[in-house]
Amino acid sequence: MGFEILSYGFMQRALVSGIAIALMCSVVGLFLVLRRHSLFGDALAHSAFGGIAAGLFLGIYPIWTAFVVCILSALGLTKIRQRFQISGDAMVAILLSSGLAMGVILISLAGGFTVNLFSFLFGSILLVSLENTILILGLAGSIIIVILLLYRQLVYTTFNEEQAKVSSIQVEKLSYLLVVIAGITVVSSMQLVGILLTSSLIVIPNVTAMLFSRGFKQTSILSMIFAVFSAVAGILTSYSFNVAPGGMIVLISIILFGGSLGIKSFRQKKRVLVLNKEATKLS
Amino acid sequence: MIVEIENLTINYDGILALDNVSLSVEEKDFLGIIGPNGAGKTTLFSCMLGLLNNYNGEIKFFGANIRKSKQYLHQIGFVPQKPVFEKNFPATVAEVVGMGLTKNQKDNTIDKVLQKVWLHELSHRRIGDLSGGQQQRVFIAKALVNDPQILILDEPVTGIDLQSKDLFYQILRDLNQKDSITVIWSSHDLDAVAKLASKVACLNRTLFFHGISEEFFHNENLLKMYSESSMQMHMHNHED
Repeated sequence: MGFEILSYGFMQRALVSGIAIALMCSVVGLFLVLRRHSLFGDALAHSAFGGIAAGLFLGIYPIWTAFVVCILSALGLTKIRQRFQISGDAMVAILLSSGLAMGVILISLAGGFTVNLFSFLFGSILLVSLENTILILGLAGSIIIVILLLYRQLVYTTFNEEQAKVSSIQVEKLSYLLVVIAGITVVSSMQLVGILLTSSLIVIPNVTAMLFSRGFKQTSILSMIFAVFSAVAGILTSYSFNVAPGGMIVLISIILFGGSLGIKSFRQKKRVLVLNKEATKLS
Repeated sequence: MIVEIENLTINYDGILALDNVSLSVEEKDFLGIIGPNGAGKTTLFSCMLGLLNNYNGEIKFFGANIRKSKQYLHQIGFVPQKPVFEKNFPATVAEVVGMGLTKNQKDNTIDKVLQKVWLHELSHRRIGDLSGGQQQRVFIAKALVNDPQILILDEPVTGIDLQSKDLFYQILRDLNQKDSITVIWSSHDLDAVAKLASKVACLNRTLFFHGISEEFFHNENLLKMYSESSMQMHMHNHED
């Protein structure tokens, strides 16, 4: 295998879509992780599963129904949390199981679209069409532009909601906007890694980046590098070893995380040794 | 008067949190608001900052009713009791101070305000790596970054060591006396209030003293009334 695989149309589309999705997940994911909403992506992915099943059951293009169900679920979850002060993790569990329940019921009623459903459960980036690639590029571009435009307000609100409110920032509106963006990101990324692994793409690159960086910008950039590297390396190696690209992408991001933990631990031990030596010299 | 509060009454979570509170603040005042836990100090600040709106009465900043316009917030710096943020939040001191500012504003002011709180050498450190006292000074710098006329601080030294407290108080005094910033500050620390504040408001759901600091601290009857009221509130909180 050499560079010739890059000349294949399906591989070009997979890489372009993969990079766009990786960037989108990384940018949106940092805000979710820092708001302690890491599992929110997982819950949205499971609600999208209900949407996919509804689309297949009704004969509508399932990605559209997934978008609708996912965005409505995200907004509903946020509203209920704000109104009834139910804890975030409990609401995530409710959303996760209700999406799954809806999907399972529709599958059992229809009983015959399991093959299609598998591509959504585990991702099928190598089969992504030109139309879908354009859609993913458009969505990723729009989301990144919106986040860049609202970057200052989003960072401030994520850091401390009360102080952001005092600085006249529309905190509630921003929260709704962020969950809608998260819903769109989750449905788009289903095609890369599938429903079952979507949240890992949102969480792992950001947690890995946070091990190294001091500042917010630095973390965002590192996270994007880790996410894009995982997506590209995952797609290429999965083709070489003939394994599922979704699983490979997540596995590579986990290897990066594990390696980063090792480096961080080594650095900490080295720092302790240096401090001990200095203390011995002083004494 | 730059702040006027008239007949402020609010029920919070089914409890009468503030009952008919009226007070005013003049330019360059250093107002210490004292009162036991549960006296309504944080509720009062939440109303003043527009975080709670379901109150009766009127609050005016710079002569304008705050229900009608939120413009006054641009003239206010706020330091919360204990800023809640994720311990591993990846933001440097300079990034935290500059949050919400445009790039041009950042370049001009961050260094200046960090120097005022003696933290300019730590501007590239991660906020979570600083001590509690240093973090509170970062939040003062953050409150100063918009060049406010009024600084509101809600029990800012809770859980901070004595040395950091002294430095914190010195910074507050300089801001009030050298930079002419009006300070409204709630505290349990009566000694510090006696030393720093030019005026005192004594709150226990209702306001039972508002006036010159010396008048309060040199009047044994008022001090006795304050300690009895604090004790009653303490027992009431325990019964709850």
